Amino acid sequence: MGNSILSVAGLEVAFGSRVILHSLSLEIPPAACVAIIGPNGSGKTVLLKALLGLLPYKGEIRWDVSARPGYVPQQVVADRHLPLTPRDLLEAKARTLKRPAAEVEEVAGDTDLTADLLDTNLGHLSGGQFQKALIAFALLGAPSVLLFDEPTASLDELSEERVYDLLHSLQQQRGMTLLLVSHDLSVVYRYADTVLCLSKGQACVGPPKDVLTPAMLEQLYAAPSRYYRHHEHAEDVPERR
Amino acid sequence: MTNSLYAILLALAFALAAGLVGSFALMRRMLLASDVISHLALPGLGLAFLLKINPLVGGGATLFVGTLIVWKLEQASGLATEAAIGVVFAAALAIGAAVTPKEDLIEALFGGFQPLSLGGLISGLAAAAFVIFFVFRFRDRLALSFFSADLAASAGINVRRLNLYFLLIFSLTVIAELRFMGALLASALLIVPAATGRQLTNNFSRFLWVSSAVSVVAVGGGYTLDKLFMKGALPGPAVGIVAAVLFGLSILKRAAK
Repeated sequence: MGNSILSVAGLEVAFGSRVILHSLSLEIPPAACVAIIGPNGSGKTVLLKALLGLLPYKGEIRWDVSARPGYVPQQVVADRHLPLTPRDLLEAKARTLKRPAAEVEEVAGDTDLTADLLDTNLGHLSGGQFQKALIAFALLGAPSVLLFDEPTASLDELSEERVYDLLHSLQQQRGMTLLLVSHDLSVVYRYADTVLCLSKGQACVGPPKDVLTPAMLEQLYAAPSRYYRHHEHAEDVPERR
Repeated sequence: MTNSLYAILLALAFALAAGLVGSFALMRRMLLASDVISHLALPGLGLAFLLKINPLVGGGATLFVGTLIVWKLEQASGLATEAAIGVVFAAALAIGAAVTPKEDLIEALFGGFQPLSLGGLISGLAAAAFVIFFVFRFRDRLALSFFSADLAASAGINVRRLNLYFLLIFSLTVIAELRFMGALLASALLIVPAATGRQLTNNFSRFLWVSSAVSVVAVGGGYTLDKLFMKGALPGPAVGIVAAVLFGLSILKRAAK
C-alpha cells in the first residue's frame, strides 16, 4: 500500500449482469484532491459507495488505518418529514462517534448553518440548506478523507463558491484527502490534482492537464464543445497549488 | 395485589415501551409491516392453545421466526418484497385461524388470556425495562439509520445488524402485547400512538415522549373503559378504541393550528 491513504486493486461492481465498474485500480496519496468525472451512469456514485463499503464489490479496497471517511451523498434517500432537525442529526453523530458536543457548533459555523437553521425541521429546509446540513454532517468527526458526490448540486453560485473554498481551506489546514465527483470541469481544473475519468466501466487516471485533453473529453462525453469552453475558462483560473 | 392489577401494571409498562418502539417504527416507515409481524404470532398462539402450553411461548416462537423472515425479505427490494410479506401475512392469519381451537380464537385475536402471576409480572417488567433501555441506548444510531442508511453507515454504524436488533426488540414488544391486545390488535399500540405523536410535535425528543404518553393513556383509558362498560371482558379492543380517539383528537388539534 506504500504511502497511499487508499489503495484500490481490480475493483469490480456489478448489478446483476450489468457491470458498472470493471477492474479499476488506483492509489491515492494523503492530502490529494481527486476529481471523479464521467457521463451519467458511468459509476461515479457507485465507486464512492463501494469505497465506503455501502455496496458489494469484488477486488480489493484498502484504506490506511488513519483514514476516517466523511461522506456527502449526491441524493439522500430519506424521509425529510421525520421529526428531525440538522442539530438532531449532528448531535446524534457526535454522540455515536464520542466527539465533543462543541464540534456541532464548529461544523455548523464552517458551513454557515445558523442556529435558526440548525433547529429547523429537515422537511422545512430548502434544497441548499439541506445540502449544507449534509456537508456539516460529513465534516463532523474530523474526517481525514472526504467523499463528496456533487456536493454543490443544489446550491446557488455564492454558496457553491463558499463550499469549495471551505473544502480547499480544510484540505490545506488539516491535510485532508478529497474525492470529489463533479460535472463542473472548471472546479476540477481549479482544485483537483488528479482526475479519474470513468466511462463504460473503463477508467483513466492522471493530472487534469494530461487527462482532460479535447480527445479524451470527446470520447468521455461525446459533446466536446461545451467542455472546450470550460477548458479555456479554466486556463485563466489560478491553480490551487 | 390481584392478578388483574398485575396485568394492568404490566400493560402500562409495555405501553410506555411500545410508544418508544412505535416512534422509531414510524421513522423507519414500517408501521404497516408491524401489522404483519404481529399477525405472525397467530399460528403459534393457536398451536399453544391446542397443545395447552403457554400461549406467549407459542406466539413468541412463530413471531421470532417470522421476524427473521421479514428481515431477510427486507434485504431484497421492490414489489417482490411487498408481495412476499403480504403472502407471509395472509398465510400466518389463515394457519392461525385454522389451528386455533374455536373457543380460544377470540382470546388469540383480541387478547385477555391467562391470569398473570407475580413471577410473570416481574419478568414482564424486566422485559419492558430492557426494551426501554435498548431504545435509549441506541436512540442516536436508530435515528441516523432510519433517516439515511448510507449516512449512518458512513458514520460507522452497522445498519444491517442494527435493523435486526430493532426488529427483535419490536417483536419482543409485540409478544408482551399479545397478552392484553391479542394478535390482531398488538400492533395498534405501536402504530396509533406514534402516528398521534407525529401529529402533535416536530421535535424529536418530544415526539418520543408524546407517543409514549399517548400509549400509556390509551392503555389506562382502555382498561377503564373495558371495566366500566364492557365488564372487563376484553381490554384490547377498548385500548384500540381509546388510542383511535386520541389520534382523532390530534388531527383536530393540528387542523386547529
